[in-house]
Amino acid sequence: MDIDRPADLTAALQALEQVPDATLLAGGTDLMVEVNFGHRRPEHIIALRRVEELAELNGTIGSGVTWARLEGGPYKALAQAARTVGSPQIRAAGTIGGNLGTASPAGDGLPFLAALDATIELRSASRARRLPIDEFITGVKRTAIEPGELIHSVILPEEIPERQEFGKVGMRNAMVISTVMACVMRYDDGRTRVALGSVATTPLRARRAEEMISAQATPSEADLTEFQRLVSEEVRPITDHRSTESYRRHASGVLARRLLERCLS
Amino acid sequence: MRINGQEVDASVGASESLLVLLREGLGLPGSKNACEQGECGSCTVILDGRAICSCLVMAADAEGAEITTVEGVADGDTLHAVQTAMIEGGGVQCGFCTPGIVVAAAHLFESNPVPTADEIKEALSGNICRCTGYSAILRSLESMVPR
Ligand SMILES: Cc1cc2nc3c(=O)[nH]c(=O)nc-3n(C[C@H](O)[C@H](O)[C@H](O)COP(=O)(O)OP(=O)(O)OC[C@H]3O[C@@H](n4cnc5c(N)ncnc54)[C@H](O)[C@@H]3O)c2cc1C
Ligand code: FES
Ligand code: FES
Repeated sequence: MDIDRPADLTAALQALEQVPDATLLAGGTDLMVEVNFGHRRPEHIIALRRVEELAELNGTIGSGVTWARLEGGPYKALAQAARTVGSPQIRAAGTIGGNLGTASPAGDGLPFLAALDATIELRSASRARRLPIDEFITGVKRTAIEPGELIHSVILPEEIPERQEFGKVGMRNAMVISTVMACVMRYDDGRTRVALGSVATTPLRARRAEEMISAQATPSEADLTEFQRLVSEEVRPITDHRSTESYRRHASGVLARRLLERCLS
Repeated sequence: MRINGQEVDASVGASESLLVLLREGLGLPGSKNACEQGECGSCTVILDGRAICSCLVMAADAEGAEITTVEGVADGDTLHAVQTAMIEGGGVQCGFCTPGIVVAAAHLFESNPVPTADEIKEALSGNICRCTGYSAILRSLESMVPR
């Protein structure tokens, strides 16, 4: 196995140009589990943790920003999500770029990004390109990243509502992969966004629920109930070892409604 | 890299973890191996000021890092306050989780000398203990906080 430990972005991109199908290593909290269990045997690693430019958190979110930093970061719902990731040890190492690179349906950072229609900036030695999150994540653990590219940063829209909430349903508080999670945003003009995770192959926006509740300046009890029903109807969960299809469907609606109520209160 | 204050020159096996290097290559078996997937915390070390699971660090990526393992928590023969508290409070049964707990707790008290009970629990939420039911560990550590 070979390893490059570039000290800056230029060196990282050059290394990647030399070996376009190299395996990128950030915090290692996903990759090393696979390596330890023999599921992956990387031949060439490019380790990114020394690249300071990727760790910037200043208007954009660098791919190398850890959960520990996002926990205290400027985005409320993302901080709430960060706090639920793994354990302090996992949050000290794991990064948002690694969460995107893995693109698990249970990735805790993804509903926040989906709710905001965030853009992912990819870089290679020869170009930079930007993809909306729903084009970047193409399926379960699949992304549109091409050989020779790395995730540079996440770009958020200029307008970010103050009223935003993230919530996660799981078996216990720490160290748990979610059964269902959701992020709700409410803009001052009533526009509402709801994105859910672990209920489809990729992060899912409940568009009909959004449309219905966005039209209500002050949602009534009946509106909230209808919102909950629509969310439950729109998700596409499966039954697996963590939960059942019907529980996830039910929990999605309940969770989204609760988060919306918090946004409204 | 520097481990417990000493410069160490090591050659590492392909994609092996820092945990394996410490235990098998460097004669530092204090960090325990119980899961190799970040779930148990028994392999916790401090790397460049952060408490992390050494089983999830690629040894070859630790080049240049400053690492403290459980072997380096005490100051020579003088135990760290966390170690003393764990002994006096009976926070140890089989002892398998203890190295990870000691490192995580020492790290907590370094950054936050007067943690609340909840902060102690939170700091140890990545460390699994099968024996004590945690209360003896939490009591031991809480005894370090002046009330
Ligand atoms: C015990 C434990 C608990 C966990 N709990 C949670 C949880 O609660 N919620 C959750 O969402 N996740 C959880 N995870 C998964 C993991 O911690 C997260 O997905 C984390 O964000 C991964 O980041 P990383 O930096 O460690 O990624 P790495 O393991 O370094 O990389 C992950 C993948 O992304 C690729 N990659 C990394 N950086 C880049 C880049 N800049 N450009 C392109 N590709 C890149 C890598 O090649 C690899 O394929 C847990 C993991 C463990 C071990
Ligand atoms: S051996 Fe590293 S967390 Fe269990
Ligand atoms: S004392 Fe045995 S696992 Fe904690």
